[in-house]
Amino acid sequence: MGRKLLLEKAHVPGIRSYEVYRREGGYASVEKALKTMSPEAIVEEVKKSGLRGRGGAGFPAGLKWSFIAKPEGVPRHLVCNADESEPGTFKDRYLMEFIPHLLIEGLIVSSYALGSHATYIYIRGEYAWITDILEQAINEAKANGFLGKNILGTGFDCEIYVHRGAGAYICGEETALIESLEGKRGNPRIKPPFPAIKGAWGRPTVVNNVETLASVVPIINLGGEEYATIGVGKSTGTKLISACGNINKPGVYEIDMTISVEEFLYSDEYCGGIPNGKKLKACIPGGSSVPILPANLLLKTAKGETRYMNYESLSDGGFASGSMMGSGGFIVLDEDQCIVRNTYSLARFYRHESCGQCSPCREGTGWMEKLLYRLEKGEGKSSDIDLLWDIQSKIEGNTICPLGDAAAWPVAAAIRHFRDEFEWHVTHAAEAQTSNFGLAHYADPIHVPTV
Amino acid sequence: MSEIQLFKVTIDNITIEVPAGTSILHAARQIGGDVAPPAMCFYSKLEGSGGKCRTCLVEVSKGSEKDPRPMPKLVASCRTNVMDGMEVKNITSPKVIDARAGIVEFLLLNHPLDCPVCDQAGECHLQDLSFEHGKADTRYEFQRRTFPKHDLGKYIQLHMTRCILCYRCVFVADQLTNKREHGILDRGDHSEIATLIEKNLDNDFIGNVIDVCPVGALTDKTFRFKNRVWFLKPMDAHRNCPTCSGKVTLWNRGEEVYRVTARKDQWGEVEDWICNDCRFEKKQSSDWTIEGPRLIDRHSVIAQGHYAGTVGTNIPTETFKAVHAGRDPKLLMDIHSVSEVNPTDIELSLINGPAHSNNFNSNKD
Repeated sequence: MGRKLLLEKAHVPGIRSYEVYRREGGYASVEKALKTMSPEAIVEEVKKSGLRGRGGAGFPAGLKWSFIAKPEGVPRHLVCNADESEPGTFKDRYLMEFIPHLLIEGLIVSSYALGSHATYIYIRGEYAWITDILEQAINEAKANGFLGKNILGTGFDCEIYVHRGAGAYICGEETALIESLEGKRGNPRIKPPFPAIKGAWGRPTVVNNVETLASVVPIINLGGEEYATIGVGKSTGTKLISACGNINKPGVYEIDMTISVEEFLYSDEYCGGIPNGKKLKACIPGGSSVPILPANLLLKTAKGETRYMNYESLSDGGFASGSMMGSGGFIVLDEDQCIVRNTYSLARFYRHESCGQCSPCREGTGWMEKLLYRLEKGEGKSSDIDLLWDIQSKIEGNTICPLGDAAAWPVAAAIRHFRDEFEWHVTHAAEAQTSNFGLAHYADPIHVPTV
Repeated sequence: MSEIQLFKVTIDNITIEVPAGTSILHAARQIGGDVAPPAMCFYSKLEGSGGKCRTCLVEVSKGSEKDPRPMPKLVASCRTNVMDGMEVKNITSPKVIDARAGIVEFLLLNHPLDCPVCDQAGECHLQDLSFEHGKADTRYEFQRRTFPKHDLGKYIQLHMTRCILCYRCVFVADQLTNKREHGILDRGDHSEIATLIEKNLDNDFIGNVIDVCPVGALTDKTFRFKNRVWFLKPMDAHRNCPTCSGKVTLWNRGEEVYRVTARKDQWGEVEDWICNDCRFEKKQSSDWTIEGPRLIDRHSVIAQGHYAGTVGTNIPTETFKAVHAGRDPKLLMDIHSVSEVNPTDIELSLINGPAHSNNFNSNKD
C-alpha cells in the first residue's frame, strides 16, 4: 500500500470542520512556514521536492513559482485553478469536498511564498456546493487567525476569495481563467506575456491546480528532499488518480507513482479489475484530452517493458505508442465500448467548449464532430478517416491555447490505434448500428492479469 | 534621445535591421512583397488585435543570436517580436505553406462564398487570401452555419455568415468609441457578432467597423447593392470636418459619389479614422475638395484600366528598354510592309462601327 499524503485524513469524521482538522495536525505547515521560513526558502523547498503541476501539463511547480516577476509596488496574485472540467477528471472535487482545509492550508503557505495578499480560488460553476464548503473553511480559518490581517502575528496579510466560473472548460486554461476572473469573456490570451509577468489585472500571477497547491502542505511538513524520495525519477510525490469507466471500483485513488498500470487496474486495492468478466479494450490514462491507448500498449510499452503510473512511463514512446499522465483522469473502456462513438462524444465536447477565438479550433472541432457523427451513424466514407487525420494535423500546434491540441489528440490517437474499427464502421455500416466491433486484436496477446 | 537598439532579422533569407520591439509581421512588411505574411485579424492601429486568425503563422528556425534554438511551434508573426539574429521562414517553409492552406480551408469552411452578391467583393481580404492559398474545391460536405439576423441600425449591415471572427470591429468600438454596444455572443463555432438585445450602433465613429472588416460581414447600408467597387473611381478628397480629419476616398461613377471610405494603405489599413457624418451623409461632389485619383495597387481588380493615360497615375513603365541598355525591341518583321490589312494610315477608332473592307478600299482611291 502506497503512502498517502493528501487523502490520508480525508475520511476522518468531521475533517471538514476546522476543529477536527486542527486536531489531526492541520495548519502545522502554515506555522512552520510563516514563523521559521522565508518565502524564498519555501520556493526553494518546492523546487527541491520536484513537484510537477497536477493540472495536466506537468510543468515543475517550483520553477513556475521562480518565474514570477517582482516589480516594486505592484501586487502579486496566486490563483488556484479549481475549474476542473476535463471529462474523466474529478480528483480536485474529491479533495475540496472532503478535506477543504488542506487546500486552504496549501494556499496560505503558497501565498506567503509568492507574496500574494489576495488569493483567488477560481472554481467551476457546476461545483456550486463546493463553493459553500470552501467559503466555510475560509471563514473558519479566518476566525482562528490563519487568514486575514497579521496571520499568526507574523505580519503577513492574506485573503482568499472564491470566484465561481460560469461553466466553461476553456476557463481552465490559465490565461482564459484570468480573463474570466477579471470579469471578461473567457478567451485565452496570446502568450507572451506569460501570467508570471502580466497576469490578472496586469499583475504578476501564478495559476496552479488544486492538487498542486494542496501538495505544498506535505512538502513543507516533510521537507522537499524527503518528498522527492517518494515516487520515481522526475515523478515525485503522490498523485491523485480519478478512475472511471468499466472498472469495479471507480473513484479517486492516491498513488505514489511507482505502481504499474496493471496493478492499478486489476488490484483490489485500486480499480479492482473490469466487471462482468469483460476484457480490457482501451484506456485513456490522463483525462479526455490525452491520446487513447489500446490494451496491449497500455500495460506494456512498445519495447515490451512494464508501463508504470507516472509521467515518464505513461508518455514512453511519444504519441506513436504512448500517452500522457495529464490530469489523472483514468478512463477504462472494456470490449463492449465503441471507439468511434467514444471519439465522437469527445469531439462533441471539444466543439462545444471551443472558445471560438482562433480559426483552426473554432472551425476544425465542428468539422471533426460532424465527420465522426457521420461515421458513427454508418453514413461515412472511408475517405472521411483520412480527412479526419488531416484536419487534426492542421489544428494541432496552430492554435492560441492547448484546447486545439486537446481536441486533436484524441481523434489522432483513435485513428492511429483503431483505424480498422473506423473502417469497419464504413464497410459494415448497418452492422455497426446494432453490434460492436469488439476486442479485435487490440489486446493481442489477450492479457491475463497477474494481480 | 537614447539610441534605439536595432535588431538584425532574416526573413526568407532577406536580412533587414529593425528597431527592437518590432513584430515579425512588421519587419516582413518592411521587406514587402510575398515575404509579408497575410493578416486577417491583425490591425496595426488597433491595440490588442491579432493572433486569432492564424493566417500569419511563420516558422522561426532560429530564435536569436543568444538562443539559437528554433521555436517548437509555428508562431503568429503579428504578435511575436523579433529578436536579434532571428531567422524566420515564411514562404520558404513548407510547414508554413501547409498550415496556411489549412487555415484558409478552415476560414472558408462556413463562409457562404456569396461573392457575386457581396459588396465587399473586389476589396475582400478573404478573397485575396483564398486566391493565393486556397484550393479550388472544399472537402466540407455539411450544411454551412447560419445565424438569426440582427439589425445594427440604418448605416451598418451585418452578414454574420460571412464573418471570420477577427474581433477587429470589437476593438474599434472599444478604442474609438466611449461605449461598445456590440461584441461576441456565444462560444465556439456558433459565436457571433451582435448587440445584446437589438440595439443600433450609433456612435459618431462606429462606421469605421466597415473599413476594418476584412470580409463582407459589416458593410455600408447606404452603398448596399448600389454598385461594384471595380466600376467605381476612387478619388482622394477632403473636407473641413469638425469631428474627424476629413481625409477620405470617394468612390465615384461620373460625378456621382457612391460611397465614402477612409483612405487605405497597401495593407488595407486606414490612414485616418473618419466620422459617420463624412462616411454616410456627404454624398455630393460639392461637399468635397477633390485632390486627385487614389492610387490603387495595380494588381487589384479595382485598378484595372481606370486611369491609363490620365492625370496622376503611373502607366506601367516599359521595362524592355531599360534591361536592353536603351535598345528598342527588335522587330522580326514589320507586318505593314508585307500586308495590306490594317494599313497604318487609317485610324481605326475613327471608323464608325466595325471596320469593313470598303473602308480600306475607299481610302486607297
